[in-house]
Amino acid sequence: MSIDLKTIKHISKLSRISVDEKKAEKLAVDLNSIFDFIEKLNELKTDNVEPLTSVAETTLKLRSDEVKSKNLRDQVIKNSPKENEDYFVVPKVIE
Amino acid sequence: MSDITKQSLSELVENIKSKKLSSSEVTKAFVERSENSKELNAYITEDYANALNKAKKFDEKPNLDLKLPGIPMAVKDLFCTRDLRTTAGSKILNNFVPTYESTVTQNIWNEGAILMGKLNCDEFAMGSSNETSFFGNVQNPIDNNLVPGGSSGGSSSAVAAQLTPITIGTDTGGSIRQPASFTGTVGLKPTYGSCSRYGIVAFASSLDQAGPMAQNVKDCALLQEVISTYDEKDSTSIDFKRNEYSKELTKDIKGKKIGIPKEYRVDGMPKEIEDLWKKGIEYAKDCGAEIIDISLPHTNYALPTYYIVAPAEASSNLARYDGVKYGFRAEGENLIDMYEKTRSQGFGAEVQRRIMIGTYVLSSGYYDAYYLKAQKVRKLIKNDFDDAYKKVDAILTPSTPSSAFKIGEKTNDPVSMYLNDIFTVPVNLAGLPGISIPAGHDAKGYPLGLQIIGKAFDEQNILNIAYAMEEKINFKNNITDWWIK
Repeated sequence: MSIDLKTIKHISKLSRISVDEKKAEKLAVDLNSIFDFIEKLNELKTDNVEPLTSVAETTLKLRSDEVKSKNLRDQVIKNSPKENEDYFVVPKVIE
Repeated sequence: MSDITKQSLSELVENIKSKKLSSSEVTKAFVERSENSKELNAYITEDYANALNKAKKFDEKPNLDLKLPGIPMAVKDLFCTRDLRTTAGSKILNNFVPTYESTVTQNIWNEGAILMGKLNCDEFAMGSSNETSFFGNVQNPIDNNLVPGGSSGGSSSAVAAQLTPITIGTDTGGSIRQPASFTGTVGLKPTYGSCSRYGIVAFASSLDQAGPMAQNVKDCALLQEVISTYDEKDSTSIDFKRNEYSKELTKDIKGKKIGIPKEYRVDGMPKEIEDLWKKGIEYAKDCGAEIIDISLPHTNYALPTYYIVAPAEASSNLARYDGVKYGFRAEGENLIDMYEKTRSQGFGAEVQRRIMIGTYVLSSGYYDAYYLKAQKVRKLIKNDFDDAYKKVDAILTPSTPSSAFKIGEKTNDPVSMYLNDIFTVPVNLAGLPGISIPAGHDAKGYPLGLQIIGKAFDEQNILNIAYAMEEKINFKNNITDWWIK
């Protein structure tokens, strides 16, 4: 399998990471060598194997639905890169 | 006492409890040694003034019933610490100051320990050499220009160099055990669900576990006893009966069945590692254990499986870094442009690489071929261990396929870097506990480790085996303080 530059551009768009030509070429080389290594899994027949989604063989615990912490606004906002009173600020979205 | 920093955690606890030492004396000694050791670059953030104040307060009203009374401790910078910057080794969290505390660190402070600072690590714990950190390489105290392993490289360096009596790391594919092996220290990755993940910067949620990194097995058992608690804030935390690991620690492992998996004899493994393993088998026999040959047939598929599962989970976990709610933001022409520039400038090369792999394997049309396939192989790997544990109580392997390498030696070849974790990754995939103990030196005098893998929730058993073997091995680290001018 080969990951071409067009695929790299597509993944970069899905990942929301901008890449220029130079970075895309480097990524293509790296990803191809990593996927060559990953392809080894195709040696195994797994048609009848159940996928393992969690190693913890327990079911999720239920808890009562009650508020345990409140008035956290200041804490939640505290680390925002751009602060404006009660809100997170982003570039204008709606014209 | 001039040699405070040379004492083990257990000795320090004993000396504080018997009032031979105060917390202030101990804290001052470790702060001074840390300040003289900046060359190692083990710390990202220092909090020495606060630590000394807290020690003073502790001494005014000492509670000597606690398990870690007035003990100073630096921790990996992947644990959120309230009001102290937490970076995960990344530019994107360079200015992040948590407003809450991780459960694991809270457990430690509840037992009387005092935070000294935050230790360097690979960016978002993605790396095996600490070279992906935004805050620079960490030096291994064993030798100049040698990597301390990763991702908990600041932690392994700090414990080996005695800048902190003990510490905690996190282990997703070997990030506690590999650096412990590279620095001649002890590192335990507990069973998945043993230590709460609440407040730990997430990398791959089905694999991440916190664990102790120590100078010896007894110290390691003591810290494990403190950090392992059921926590309702982590939905994968498991409510099982936890031992008092340090109190129940015993060197009597007579009759324990220890498995030797033939598949760990990998191609190209240096003879030194093979010899170390043979020596380890002899030590285990000397302790009264019974050695049994076993097979873990899917071992060779563990790394490829890991490099699908871990990046997939990482790409999902790291979607939260968008420059909006916290962390670094790059200005953009519009919202999408801001996201893309923030993530492109805020993440380092290895993290971007893994997000891209993860995004690709989860993307439309590829999910079944990669992610689902990997989950199925993960099941086969876990089945291998389940079958083996019908015959044995624990498994003995080398910790790493080589000793520590030079800084820069493997940075241009991601796959060769990934191969470092060949013996540790299967343990994470199966959710089992594993401990690395120092067991010898290679021809260059660099430490080598052995790994003992246990059944799920059987930390006590592998700690006991490690404790018994540690005495027979009688390992001594050769550290010359070369970095102190």
